[in-house]
Amino acid sequence: MLEQWLLTIVTFGPLLGVAFILTVRGTPEQVASSSRWLALVASGSVFLISLLILTYFDPQSAEFQLVQKVDWIPGSSIAYHMGVDGISVWFVLLSTLLTPICILASWEAVQKRVREYMIAFLVLETMMVGMFCALDIFLFYIFFEAVLIPMFLIIGVWGGARRVYAAFKFFLYTLAGSVLMMLAILAMYWQAGTTDIPTLMATRFLPELQTWLWLAFFASFAVKVPMWPVHTWLPDAHVEAPTAGSVILAGVLLKMGGYGFLRFSIPMFPEASADFAPLVYTLSVVAVIYTSLVALVQQDMKKLIAYSSVAHMGFVTVGMFTMTTQGVEGSIFQMLSHGIVSGALFLCVGVVYDRMHTREIDAYGGLAQNMPRYALIFMLFMMASVGLPGTSGFVGELLILAGAFQVNTWLAAFTATGLILGAAYMLYLYRRVIFGKLEKEQLKALLDLSPREIAVFAPLVILVLWMGIYPSTFTDLMSASVENLITNYKVALGEAGTALAAR
Amino acid sequence: MYAAIVFLPLIGALIAGFGNKKLGDRGAQIVTCGAMLTSAVLGIVAFWEVALQGNAQTVELFTWIDSGSFEASWALRWDTLTAVMVIVVTVVSSCVHVYSVGYMSHDPSIPRFMAYLSFFTFAMLMLVTSDNLIQMFFGWEGVGVASYLLIGFWYDRPSANAAAIKAFVVNRVGDFGFALGIFGCFLLFDAVSFDAIFAAAPEMAGTTFGFLWWEEVDALTVIAILLFIGAMGKSAQLGLHTWLPDAMEGPTPVSALIHAATMVTAGVFLVARMSPLFEYAPTALVVVTVVGAATAFFAATVGTTQNDIKRVIAYSTCSQLGYMFFALGVSAYPAAIFHLMTHAFFKALLFLSAGSVIHALHDEQDMRNMGGIWRKIPWTYAMFWIGSLALAGIPFFAGYYSKDMILESAFAAHTGAGQFAFWAGIVAALLTAFYSWRLLFMTFHGKPRMDQHTFDHAHESPPVMLVPLIVLAIGAVFSGFIGYEYFVGHEMDAFWGSAIKVLEENNVIEAAHHSPTWVKLLPLVVGVIGIGAAYVAYILNPGIPAKVTSAIRPVYLFLLNKWYFDELYDWLFVKRSWQAGLMFWKTGDGTIINGFGPDGVSAMTRWCAGQVARLQTGYLYHYAFAMLIGVVALVSWYLAFGG
Repeated sequence: MLEQWLLTIVTFGPLLGVAFILTVRGTPEQVASSSRWLALVASGSVFLISLLILTYFDPQSAEFQLVQKVDWIPGSSIAYHMGVDGISVWFVLLSTLLTPICILASWEAVQKRVREYMIAFLVLETMMVGMFCALDIFLFYIFFEAVLIPMFLIIGVWGGARRVYAAFKFFLYTLAGSVLMMLAILAMYWQAGTTDIPTLMATRFLPELQTWLWLAFFASFAVKVPMWPVHTWLPDAHVEAPTAGSVILAGVLLKMGGYGFLRFSIPMFPEASADFAPLVYTLSVVAVIYTSLVALVQQDMKKLIAYSSVAHMGFVTVGMFTMTTQGVEGSIFQMLSHGIVSGALFLCVGVVYDRMHTREIDAYGGLAQNMPRYALIFMLFMMASVGLPGTSGFVGELLILAGAFQVNTWLAAFTATGLILGAAYMLYLYRRVIFGKLEKEQLKALLDLSPREIAVFAPLVILVLWMGIYPSTFTDLMSASVENLITNYKVALGEAGTALAAR
Repeated sequence: MYAAIVFLPLIGALIAGFGNKKLGDRGAQIVTCGAMLTSAVLGIVAFWEVALQGNAQTVELFTWIDSGSFEASWALRWDTLTAVMVIVVTVVSSCVHVYSVGYMSHDPSIPRFMAYLSFFTFAMLMLVTSDNLIQMFFGWEGVGVASYLLIGFWYDRPSANAAAIKAFVVNRVGDFGFALGIFGCFLLFDAVSFDAIFAAAPEMAGTTFGFLWWEEVDALTVIAILLFIGAMGKSAQLGLHTWLPDAMEGPTPVSALIHAATMVTAGVFLVARMSPLFEYAPTALVVVTVVGAATAFFAATVGTTQNDIKRVIAYSTCSQLGYMFFALGVSAYPAAIFHLMTHAFFKALLFLSAGSVIHALHDEQDMRNMGGIWRKIPWTYAMFWIGSLALAGIPFFAGYYSKDMILESAFAAHTGAGQFAFWAGIVAALLTAFYSWRLLFMTFHGKPRMDQHTFDHAHESPPVMLVPLIVLAIGAVFSGFIGYEYFVGHEMDAFWGSAIKVLEENNVIEAAHHSPTWVKLLPLVVGVIGIGAAYVAYILNPGIPAKVTSAIRPVYLFLLNKWYFDELYDWLFVKRSWQAGLMFWKTGDGTIINGFGPDGVSAMTRWCAGQVARLQTGYLYHYAFAMLIGVVALVSWYLAFGG
């Protein structure tokens, strides 16, 4: 019974928190305080409940698990169909983990419209989790698009000076892709007569149709990843978003594109994926080199990390389209790692932004002197971002490159330049912020991390090291599903090959 | 025990690093030194067990990465090669730990320093005990980070920060090659563990695959060269050496431990460890020989002109690493490792003695401001002599045995590359002796060139700094004599066991023992000439250097500026990257993508809306006129086509 309802509880649990928050009455201070606590308790409980998914999850099986299916819209095949497999399970947990962390990180930073802010985050959590669990393409589309709304509001209401420009840019970019995806979903429905994802995975679409469907989905997912050259919304969105908004944006929202490729593009349109892989490789390699170089010259901390995200997601898209075990597992792992590491880096920026209210790198320097704990934590996440062995960043990059090398040595060589450039821009950032003489007067009064901030970082520190030292905990759950994905892909390509030969 | 050797330094580092408030400076020193000394004692026991008793073994800890056939474990592989490295690392590290107690006694962040040192040692031990390429890469990057942290230890100095970043990034360029080499191994062998690779290497000899431009290229050669690029970065070989002299910004004990004795020799270790693969890649071995010989020569020439006491020794290190590499290149792996060990002792001794001088003269590093202090610091002076004699390869000091063995092996290889290496090595030996005694004379002899106050306050270092020097000096005197038979002599085969593989036709060590007498004597002769030249130029007639430098000024400037590598790289890579970054950002993202993308579309929309809005003038007669035109047009159309 619980097994069937578990994903639904995790998905809609946050909305229960919303309901409680809406009932709060009192002075503005009381409302703000209660909203914070209620949001924290709600998202914290959801996280604890979501851990149960792991106990029910059978790593040996490549099937969708914890499935719940209820007829929804009469007269159509559209159903409320939820379930997870080895590809999506960790993304669900990533979402449920990062939400309470974001709420805790916004404790003092957000002072206006606290109730609405907390509601936005809880609604966002529901949409994210729902998106990763949905097994009906129509349901998926609803969650996928609905994620935009709370995010749009978080940037547009609680963001920085140019928040409206950034919010609209974000919204228009992502929506433009989504329209094409909607058309593709309709086309698939007419073709296959169902919106059920597992059924669609088993459906063979005609190669000509696959090309168009693949491109339509690509338009949507490439914007989300974001891939070069449709990445320019990301730096603006990150710079203007409040800290927690950036964390969720980098931590989970960017993973929606990568997840989409693995859930739809590759299993449903295998021939088109094979045909378009060189395009994906090219765009990814350009992203790695181009955005790394751009990151090098940034003056704004958040912009720098935003550009580095584009570069890291370039690794991810390379990995998954190699269609090797290492490449695909590496790309999933890299997405999880990037979710934690870049989230943590945005939190690191938030720590000093809350104190100084500027993101200009030149405004800082010498913080190692009076903020040693902060310097240590920043160092750890910087090194994880650079891909130091022993941290989570290494495992993903290593597996992706190992996969890429099997497909094409040029691809591996170009992608691996990211190792050098990544080290350059991150170390240069760290040097300007943390090292140097502590000369600026305003900086001398800064206090080191508070206990609340340490509580925000602690789980992320543990995870980054855990994923770096014993990644098997995570890869073991993926491997059956990834193997299945690759086998089906190869079978599909093999059949296409024989069909072509028979003609 | 085998695990304790590796993990004790880590535990020490964690306690010293995180317990600093309660522990205090003294506590941190005791914990890290205690852990390190224990580890060193156990390391000696392990050496006895593994190398002398022949009990090679592997201690499996747990799985690390497991993705399809890509499997790597955390494991400790103990064979003779590992045992030698462990003993070098733990003994030198212990000396440096103890020495640091005295050298860093006035520093405000002692626990941090001790923690970094111990962390470095842990990473280095992980590197040398790895049983697969991935764990090796872990240690490889781990020592890189420790090096980065320690070079930038005095983080309020801009030059230290710049040097730290340079070291990390240049090493990353090498790691780029190393990583591709690992992927090449995985592609070819479907495994990354040493046992699997070594077992399959003979069968894979001659296999080809497509790599970058080349359609069909010998796979083992490509992999070996890629791995060697990694080694070049870490061991500061020509082309990727630029970070090493700058790394001298770190505290002197760091230079001794990391940038002389241990970390920079990781590249030598890597090639020796992968000998079962390199043996089947003869072209790669030629590359190793040539690069090593060129580095030995290049660094020695630069060493003769530098004025910073630490930079002279740094270039000397670079040059000696070149010797080790060309020894590897002619398949004399045991000779290379032998030199690695003796070099670790005498070079650490030289660095720590230089530190003792710097300490005595209140942080003066420029030799032009030294001189005439040998009576003031006699112990340090004596240590410097021992280190220099060992470095120059004077008989019965450690360097004599190992360096001569290398030169004889290069000669005995009877290949073009071997001959090139031999003669480059001879010239480098001459220069080595010259710059060593130039340093010795400029620092300790002649008229004092520092101010009177500094001279009066010059003082010998405390025992806590001198005792480690004496331990290293014992190594610098005796390690060659004692080790000779085991490393490269009669006991060689039994000693190395299966740790190093040399094909029968490449066995140059045997041939080297039968080199002509002039080959054996030549290194000694040029060494003595070098010392004599330095004596003439810096003691007998101190006017000579100025005359020589003005006579060959372009050459002198070329050497003084280190062959202009820094300027070239700065212009070629750093400036270009910056320009490209700015261009991509402003033009690429700003003008093109945003211009034609979102901003362009929104501007277009606004423009269209503006045009439409202009139609809405608000005057009734405009609308009426427009309506009239519409009606006329409709009626005409109806009349023309409707009928």
